[in-house]
Amino acid sequence: MNVPTVETFGQRVLHPEVEELIDLVTELKQEGFNMVVDLTAVDYLSFPARKNLPENVKPERFEVVVSMINHQTRKRVRLRVQIQEENPVVPSLFDLYPGTESMEREVFDMFGINFSDHPDLTRILMPEDWVGHPLRKDFSIGQIPVQFKASKAKR
Amino acid sequence: MVRVPLIGDLAKVNGEGLEGLEHNFITARIENLVKWSRARSCWPATFGLACCAIEMMATGAAHYDLARYGMEVFRASPRQADLMIVAGRVSQKMAPILRQIYDQMMEPKWVISMGVCASSGGMFNNYAIVQGVDLVVPVDVYAPGCPPGPETLMHAILTLHEKIQSGELTRRREENSGGAAIEISESPREIIKPVELESR
Amino acid sequence: MTSEVVETNNQSLSVTNNDERVYLREGSAVLRISESEATSKAGNELTETSDPSEETRMILNMGPSHPSTHGVLRLILELEGETVERSKPVIGYLHTGMEKTAETLSYTQGSTNVTRMDYASPLFTELAFSLAVEKLLEIEVPPRATWIRMLMCELNRISSHLLFQATNGMDLGAVSMMIYGWREREEVLRFFEKVTGLRMNHNYIRPGGVAADLHDGWQADLRNLLEIIPPRLDEYDDLLTDQPLFQKRLQGIGSLNTSEALALSATGPILRSTGYDWDLRRDEPYLAYDQVDFNVIVGTHGDSFDRFAIRLNEVRESLRIVEQILDLMPSGDYRIQDKKITPPPRARIDESMEALIHHFKIFTEGFHVPSGEVYAAVESPRGELGCYLVSDGTSNPYRMHIRGPSFVNLQTLPHLMRGGLIADAVAVISSIDPIMGEVDR
Repeated sequence: MNVPTVETFGQRVLHPEVEELIDLVTELKQEGFNMVVDLTAVDYLSFPARKNLPENVKPERFEVVVSMINHQTRKRVRLRVQIQEENPVVPSLFDLYPGTESMEREVFDMFGINFSDHPDLTRILMPEDWVGHPLRKDFSIGQIPVQFKASKAKR
Repeated sequence: MVRVPLIGDLAKVNGEGLEGLEHNFITARIENLVKWSRARSCWPATFGLACCAIEMMATGAAHYDLARYGMEVFRASPRQADLMIVAGRVSQKMAPILRQIYDQMMEPKWVISMGVCASSGGMFNNYAIVQGVDLVVPVDVYAPGCPPGPETLMHAILTLHEKIQSGELTRRREENSGGAAIEISESPREIIKPVELESR
Repeated sequence: MTSEVVETNNQSLSVTNNDERVYLREGSAVLRISESEATSKAGNELTETSDPSEETRMILNMGPSHPSTHGVLRLILELEGETVERSKPVIGYLHTGMEKTAETLSYTQGSTNVTRMDYASPLFTELAFSLAVEKLLEIEVPPRATWIRMLMCELNRISSHLLFQATNGMDLGAVSMMIYGWREREEVLRFFEKVTGLRMNHNYIRPGGVAADLHDGWQADLRNLLEIIPPRLDEYDDLLTDQPLFQKRLQGIGSLNTSEALALSATGPILRSTGYDWDLRRDEPYLAYDQVDFNVIVGTHGDSFDRFAIRLNEVRESLRIVEQILDLMPSGDYRIQDKKITPPPRARIDESMEALIHHFKIFTEGFHVPSGEVYAAVESPRGELGCYLVSDGTSNPYRMHIRGPSFVNLQTLPHLMRGGLIADAVAVISSIDPIMGEVDR
């Protein structure tokens, strides 16, 4: 498949669209990438001008990052999928790789990104009745101000 | 050498007679006997959460032996335990369970808050960690450290034993209606709101 | 570096590569109901099911405060009598928001944060984080720093596997194993205290090198370790490996085959116990692992006994590596001499103004890392530990994600526990060796 590719620090990064994700992952699985190592997300709200994005890829607020590995050729590949801010939906990779079940639940819990066709999309790290998605940039860290700091520190 | 006291002699006989008993054995008050035995056989409940749990297990192992204080039996059931050593960081999801275990323990019960995460939230001043378990259960001894080494934990345990034996804790509990009751009332001061981070 | 297939038991189970059961949505071993639903149904028989075979099943809650769970892991079990049919591990009881905290700490402080994730082997998480930062900075650490890191990581692997032996023994009832395991661990922790200053959560491996050089007399201390530990490992073999009771409790319990493990993204001893030969130290060498000679231990049946034997023999292999490092350790700097990244020695602060300024800048603001994103992985005692780091050019990471091996390995738990008794469930959890700090972060 023809997706924009970037080489960064010796690692190959592909940038598929959301609609191309399942096809690309199926193709990679047939090529020999037999394990999804990691599935995570990044919220680029405070850093919209991110690095290493090819020109024909439209940057969105969220990005889902999937890392895969091919044990035979010892090669790794990373997929960065741009997800829009309103109604973020990504197709779930569960049918190809059941190991993504917990990882997608964590991304849902921390970022609020929905995975369509996921068997059990519920909160995994926070309590079930928690409101908000903690790793989003507009969710405050909830720090209790420390009494002795007279001036407002950077953090 | 045991000095046989006069009947009216209720002075403390330190270092003579049975070790650890302040009073002469013949005239010992039952209360002191009870306090002595409570301090000597304090069974901890397993409440190891995170890194401090590993150090708690190390304290119970052969090198830093907790069995010398009679405490190597970590009871799984809270009904059989006297002491809850909260070892590790308490998250928002875990706090109700901590309270439930504490409520299931029988009186008299004591709590040692082990490590900075249990005492004050530690290095994690954020949305996920309860900033000190004394917001959830009443704590008797705080042991600082990240994680506190076995020597620090033993010092905390010995401090607790001294407090049990002197009766200070039971006295305080009676004043506070049993210790298990925590009063929650409206605070007249302004509530501190969490700091909103400015966006970068 | 050859890999050794260890014939650990005499069972003639044929290992098939049928992995359909992990792809199932209905009828899977994973109990996919929400926690509130489980709480409402718990303890009563499932009377409202359409499937007649489910009528005698009961939902039971195990944990999070339970003597046999490794840390705060809650299990919702669907039981048929005492047999576990389906289960759901519920995590999040130790969620600390470390990934969010990392965005407020500088890169020098980053290793204090990540070290507390996997608290049984903290140096590995520090190493993964430091390797990711160094990739972004595009710097080379001096060789001595690399070899010191390798030495400390292998010792940490030894102490983590000894912790596994101790807790595994205790979960199965061999309480004396707990005492023996901790005895050896104390020897290793004593070495750590001499070098790093702390017994646990060392904050020793930092971007740019290590925090301090090895102390004088470290060779003598290591030789002492290398003399003491091997005979005690043979004691464990006497006590556990050859014992029929231990074998009956672990052999055949919690088996997995290779394609299932790969589909579930399991790594580390779980993957190697199925017979699959993959170890990041040998296959994607980082640090200086291509210059030392060691075997990768691989099992055959994918059951709990294989995982126990793999970890026991990995201690022996790590001792071999430590012995080679003793002879091959180069001399030189223990951290990179770039003044913008590593702070100057404390004595120089009195003498030089630049040293004072660099110290101030590094510890208040922190050094700036060029923007970009990178993934770095190491082989921790539990599997592949990775760090995905996104930097925006400032002195704090923009996003740091740690791929905790225990989090991913826990997905295998329902499949391993299916059809076993509750006591076997305890043995299975213990053989996966999850560390909840890494699961929940």
